[in-house]
Amino acid sequence: MEALLQPIINGVLLGGLYAVIALGMSIIFGIVKLVNLAHGDLMILSSYLSLVLVSWLGVSPLVSLFMIVPVMFFVGFFVQGVLLNRVLGKEMEPPLLVAFGLSVILQNILLLVFTPDARSLMSNLAVKTIPLGETLTLPVLSLVNFFGGFIVILAVYLLFRNTYLGRAIRAASDDEMSTRLMGVNTKRIYAHAMGIAMMTAAVAGVLVGMTFTFYPHTGPQFLIISFGVIIIGGLGSMKGCLAGGLILALAQTLGAHFIGTGYQLLFGYGVLLVVLGIRPQGLFGKI
Amino acid sequence: MKLALEVSGLDVYYKDFHALWDVSMEVRQGEIISIIGANGAGKSTLFKTISGILVPTRGTIHLFGERIEGLPPHVTVPKGMTLVPEGRRIFPRLTVYENLIMGSYTPRSRSKREDAMGQIYNLFPILKARRNQMGNTLSGGEQQMLAIGRALMSDPKIVLCDEISLGLAPLVIKSIYRRLGQINQYGITIVLVEQDVKRSLKAASRVYVMLEGKMVLTGEPFSLSEEEIKKAYFGI
Repeated sequence: MEALLQPIINGVLLGGLYAVIALGMSIIFGIVKLVNLAHGDLMILSSYLSLVLVSWLGVSPLVSLFMIVPVMFFVGFFVQGVLLNRVLGKEMEPPLLVAFGLSVILQNILLLVFTPDARSLMSNLAVKTIPLGETLTLPVLSLVNFFGGFIVILAVYLLFRNTYLGRAIRAASDDEMSTRLMGVNTKRIYAHAMGIAMMTAAVAGVLVGMTFTFYPHTGPQFLIISFGVIIIGGLGSMKGCLAGGLILALAQTLGAHFIGTGYQLLFGYGVLLVVLGIRPQGLFGKI
Repeated sequence: MKLALEVSGLDVYYKDFHALWDVSMEVRQGEIISIIGANGAGKSTLFKTISGILVPTRGTIHLFGERIEGLPPHVTVPKGMTLVPEGRRIFPRLTVYENLIMGSYTPRSRSKREDAMGQIYNLFPILKARRNQMGNTLSGGEQQMLAIGRALMSDPKIVLCDEISLGLAPLVIKSIYRRLGQINQYGITIVLVEQDVKRSLKAASRVYVMLEGKMVLTGEPFSLSEEEIKKAYFGI
């Protein structure tokens, strides 16, 4: 029993991290109807920004969040306001291409500045564990990931529910034209939404950087995870993000437990295929 | 009386299609104006142009003396003009309360939000009863009331109503028109676009008739004969 409990615990905790990785992409998908192919790279950009602060100021990666989260808001505001808004509303392809171009540019800038070496955000949390039973342990870092993810999702949920900005974001995702008639500059709302999405990506980037090693080209790997989470959970749904993250992560850890670590990813995407087959709109999808 | 809205010499194109031809119209403060016309006569196009969703090729639009043609809604709504769109277009996954809140988005109306909401709940008590329901759970008539209420939340001086009786039961239409009269008595100017000619003539202080993108007739309802209106409406 305990042998099975460990992968379940790991899966649940990893699920919280997956949810926050995918959250920003899901928000933009739901509101701007845009597939942000640069989401993973923008997330890894935050990991590198944290790396810079950690090595310059000697602060812990979690403390660096206080600077990176606001910075990433402005990065998102700029990306949407200056780049993506220009090509929005005509056809599907132009925004997709702009996002893809941004992804390539970001990867190469990171490569140029930081070299292709493997990096990670060092933190003393990484080695701490809480023993639960004879063989069962709770890694503290995973716990931080899970609650970090949970807090971010809760914060975004409350923001969307209780503020003018949040309501305007939801209204624009319901009916853009009608939202404009209320006197809302929807392009500006989109820029704010991307800013918020990048704030969540900043948290995801730092947590990922503390948990895994990262390279300038790691972004697409997390883009794929985001896609998985969003497809399982349903486009643009925050509940779906959490559920999708948990399901994908559990499928991976349980798959690794029963079949072997090598098949971990395969198992995750097997579940994804099953969900796509049975419920193509995702578990909490709107359509 | 002062002009609330003045449209003069408006030409509007959809790509190559010439939709409005030299359209002019005057709306005085406190009036209820009806614009009638058959399907495709250009009524909704005119509204879309006034509210800044379409940009005219020629002509001017003045709102309380200020030029506004081509200006987007987030500039014109704070100046006191709002549109109740055709098909109601309430936000389906926002609650009734949140739909109303969205109506008071502009900074000018935010401070008066609670007062405005109280007034709207008085006008349409059903909205208060349903305030925590999602927009898409309302009936057609309730949705129309919500769309009107939402527009009033912006504290407008002039409201443009596009086809507010479309698809509603006669009894519901009657009750909504009675409310429009009340709204007008608060000093809010109303411009209606309608296909329901009889209803429009009854409610309006003046009528404009459109045909194939042109203004073809205008006057006070009682001064126009049925024959004249029919001729202008159908172009025969």
